[in-house]
Amino acid sequence: MTPALKLIAVGPHVTVQDTGRLRTLAFGLSRGGAADRYALAEGAALLGQAADLAVLELAGMGGTFMARGAFCVALTGAVMSAEIDGTPVLWNACHMLQDGQTLCIGPARHGSYGYLSVGGGFLTPTLLGARSMNPVAGVGTPLEAGDCLPVGGGGRSGLRLEPVARFGSGTLRVLPGPQTDLFTKDMLSRFSETTFRRDPRSNRQGARLAQDSDGFSAKGGLSVLSDIIVPGDIQITGDGTPFVLMPDGWRLSAARVGFAMRSCAGRTGRTHRRIALPVCGPG
Amino acid sequence: MPDTPNVPEFPLIAPLGLGGWLVRFGDRPDDAANRAALSFRAAIDAANWKEVAETATALASVFVSFDPMVTAADALRHKLAMLLAERDWMGQGLPAGRRRWTIPCAFGGASGPALTDVAQQVGLSADEAITALTQTPVRVLTLGFAPGQPYLGTLPPEWDIPRQKTLTPMVPAGALVVAVRQLIVFTASTPTGWQHIGQTSFGCFRPDSDSAFPLRAGDEVVYRAVSATDLPPFGGDGGAICEDLP
Repeated sequence: MTPALKLIAVGPHVTVQDTGRLRTLAFGLSRGGAADRYALAEGAALLGQAADLAVLELAGMGGTFMARGAFCVALTGAVMSAEIDGTPVLWNACHMLQDGQTLCIGPARHGSYGYLSVGGGFLTPTLLGARSMNPVAGVGTPLEAGDCLPVGGGGRSGLRLEPVARFGSGTLRVLPGPQTDLFTKDMLSRFSETTFRRDPRSNRQGARLAQDSDGFSAKGGLSVLSDIIVPGDIQITGDGTPFVLMPDGWRLSAARVGFAMRSCAGRTGRTHRRIALPVCGPG
Repeated sequence: MPDTPNVPEFPLIAPLGLGGWLVRFGDRPDDAANRAALSFRAAIDAANWKEVAETATALASVFVSFDPMVTAADALRHKLAMLLAERDWMGQGLPAGRRRWTIPCAFGGASGPALTDVAQQVGLSADEAITALTQTPVRVLTLGFAPGQPYLGTLPPEWDIPRQKTLTPMVPAGALVVAVRQLIVFTASTPTGWQHIGQTSFGCFRPDSDSAFPLRAGDEVVYRAVSATDLPPFGGDGGAICEDLP
C-alpha cells in the first residue's frame, strides 16, 4: 500500500507547497512555493532528505490528520501544539506515525505558517513543473477534509532542531528596489523609522504592514507603471499602506519602496522596524 | 530643503531583490518601450547565458533572475549593460516566432454592456467601434495579474479612455474590456474598473492542458465579431485560430 496522509479536518488555507515553479513568471504566474523557506529546509534536515520535496503548509490553523501506512513526519515553521493519538509531541522535531495513528495540530502560537513535512515528500500531482498549489490563481483545488495525499515514505524520527529565530519582533533589512528613487529622502527616512505590525489581513499574496502614522506615497503615486514583482517587494498601495509581496503575489500598479530581505513570516501583531540598508547601488 | 526624486534616464538596470536585475525601457506605457523589452528579452534568451534562471517582460521592462549563491550580480549586470549597448533597442522591430490569434468575440448588448458608452467616448457609433476594434491588430504587450491574462495594445490615441471610478462587481471569464489604449481578455471572472465591451470564449489559462498558457508576450491578436449565439461554450481556444507570423 502506498502510504498516504488523510485529512480529517483542516482550516481553509491548507496547501501543498514546495520551492515553487520556474519559468512561469513570463506568463503571469508567480513562482509560489512555501511562504517560509526556512521551515521547508528545517523539515528536510530533520527527515534527512532534499529540501525541494512537497510539504503541507498550514496557514494559521492546524488540522487533524490520519496516517495510512507508516511514515515519518516533521513539524516546523510557526509554532503549533501537536499530539499523536492524544500524546503531546515536540514541534521542530520529527516523529514516526504508525498506520492508523492520528496527528492533531492546533492553531499557530508564534508565527503564521506551520509546516507538516513527510518522509519522501507528498507525491501529489505536478502542476506546471511543481507541486505548489495556488488556488487563488487556479493552480490546484483547495484541500478539504476527506482528501488523501500520497506520501513518498521513509525519513527518520526522534530528532529535534533549534530553528532559525524569526517569529518575534525585529528589524527587517531593506534593499533599494527599481522604484526606491520615486520616494523622497524624507519619506524613506520616515519609512525606515516606523514600527509596523503585521496586519491580520495578510495572505499568500501579500503581508499588509499596519502602522499608526500617516501613509506613504511616491511621486506619481497611482500612475506607476505595472511591473514584474518578486516575493519580498515592498509595495505602497494607493491609500499609503505598505505590503510585503509573498510567494503568490502578483503585479500591482503600485510603487515599490524597496525589497525586504526576509519573508514576512512574523506573527500577527508583532512589530517590525525597518531600516534601509543600501547594499546594491541603484543601476 | 526641497528634496526632488531623481529623474531616471532609460534604459536603466535596477536591482530587483538579491537574485534579479530589472532592465527598464521607460516608466510610461509606450509602444516602442514594449517592443524594446520584447526584443531585448528575446536576445537574452537567444544568448542562452548559463547564469540566467528565468526571464520575463512587463509592459516596458525585462526581468532577469539568477541564483545569487552561484552568480555574481555585478558580472551579470555588466553582461546586460554590454548587450544593451549593442543596439538601439527602442528602434527595434519585433522578435521572430510570434503568432497571430484570431479570436471570435460578441460585442455589445449583454455581452458587452459598456460598448455604447465607450464608443461615445471615442467619438464613434457602436458599429464603427466594433469595426475599429476588429480591424486593428493588437499585440500581447504583457501577461499578468492573473495567469496567462493578456494586456493588449496599443490602440490609437482616441482610445485613451479612463478606467471607471467604481468597479463593475463581476465580469465573466473571457470578457473583453478596454481602457487606457489597452484591451484585456480576463482569465477568470473578476471585479474590474475596465469597461466591459465584449465577450469571448477564449481560455487564457488552461492548467490541465499541454499548452497551459496559449498566449505569449509579443503575439498578435485580431478579433472577429460574432453574435452571442455563435460563440462556442467557454474554454480552450473558444473558436480561435492560431497562425505563425512570417
